[in-house]
Amino acid sequence: MSGFDKVVSSFEAAMEGLEDNMTVIAGGFGLCGIPEGSIAQIKKMGTKGLTIVSNNCGVDGFGLGILLEDKQIKKMISSYVGENALFEQQLLNGELEVELTPQGTLAEKMRAGGAGIPAFYTATGYGTPVSEGKEVKEFNGRPYILEESITGDFAIVKAWKADRYGNCIYRHTAQNFNPMAATAGKITVVEVEEIVEPGTLDPAHIHTPGIYVDRVIQGTFEKRIERRVTAK
Amino acid sequence: MALTRDQIAMRVAQEFQDGNYVNLGIGIPTLAANYVPDGISVMLQSENGLLGMGRYPTEDEIDADMINAGKETVTAITGASIFSSAESFAMIRGGHVDFTVLGAFEVDVNGNIASWMIPGKLIKGMGGAMDLVAGAKNIIVTMTHADKHGNSKLLQECTLPLTGVNCITRIITDLAVLEVKDGAFYLRERAPGVSVDEIKEKTAGKLVVAGEVPEMVFA
Repeated sequence: MSGFDKVVSSFEAAMEGLEDNMTVIAGGFGLCGIPEGSIAQIKKMGTKGLTIVSNNCGVDGFGLGILLEDKQIKKMISSYVGENALFEQQLLNGELEVELTPQGTLAEKMRAGGAGIPAFYTATGYGTPVSEGKEVKEFNGRPYILEESITGDFAIVKAWKADRYGNCIYRHTAQNFNPMAATAGKITVVEVEEIVEPGTLDPAHIHTPGIYVDRVIQGTFEKRIERRVTAK
Repeated sequence: MALTRDQIAMRVAQEFQDGNYVNLGIGIPTLAANYVPDGISVMLQSENGLLGMGRYPTEDEIDADMINAGKETVTAITGASIFSSAESFAMIRGGHVDFTVLGAFEVDVNGNIASWMIPGKLIKGMGGAMDLVAGAKNIIVTMTHADKHGNSKLLQECTLPLTGVNCITRIITDLAVLEVKDGAFYLRERAPGVSVDEIKEKTAGKLVVAGEVPEMVFA
């Protein structure tokens, strides 16, 4: 079964083949469930002109925000990007392009992309700036807009545990966009807290089947918290 | 007297029925969770992928993998479920969430809402708001009736870029409860001590006042 062993031993190997001007889909919501090691590797590689598809762009100095420091990102496709000053600065300077996409539409674009569906109709965004230039079609008397799906040259994903075959499970709300991102990369890299032997995870509890996954890498995670709020 | 933020939240919570699934936006809507009436259970949906959101954690309970849509640390109640963003928005877009409560800059008589973008200011994004207003069965907007300069936020036609069209049916402000239908705002309740005249004065869009308008009742 060695042909199914997806484990690689370094982030260099995990991100091998990433080139300038590629599209990278990244899992995570805010700083929760982000592929910290893959992002750090992209920074180290200095790859430029990237289109990054991710719900957010991290914060100054952490998460995808670190790829802004050397201007590696050409375009962000996100639903909410308000958390970093560097982002704002590069956007206002015209150094960075942003395509704001409703959060559910973004998730569905990834899901559809991974599922071989090139586009779908949704009511979300009809009559708003999001619908500009998009086809409108009525179904049962309600207007919907046509949204195109997204695939990436790479998908970078953070899972809790994966087995050597790439079967993954996620922990709590660190799941978020990760399962959809995993399906939508030509090369999908999953970094995990723990690599286990096949058979350890209950087959019926797998969130992402290994067929979507190309490379599994053991990560180390800071897991920074964006808004620490406690009960009074 | 105009209602406080907590009083608006209290009035919002009166709308909930036992067994409702509810998504609460950031700000006043979130406060409504504190005022769910006795004997009523609602389950809170957080669009990052949590159904059955609980209270904030204690120091010991804090878990970086457990956050809400506002990116705050949170807990899950007994009987909660956790899922992907695609699943989360399937239940939102598919009309399975009973109530969405969110804030707005403007609402108009055709149920259009503007809540995410002020041209000339930095645009941060719509997050999940467009999906939520397109999908929920009942959407309640909470906001102050007028802005701090006294300009009405209840308009004949929204002036800001829209979040959704023809989707808002109920508005709860610091002055009134209004229903949106047939191209008008229908005044249903007044805040205690607030006159119909004051509400008329602060409502720029077409307002229908039919018969006696009762004051809101707080238990």
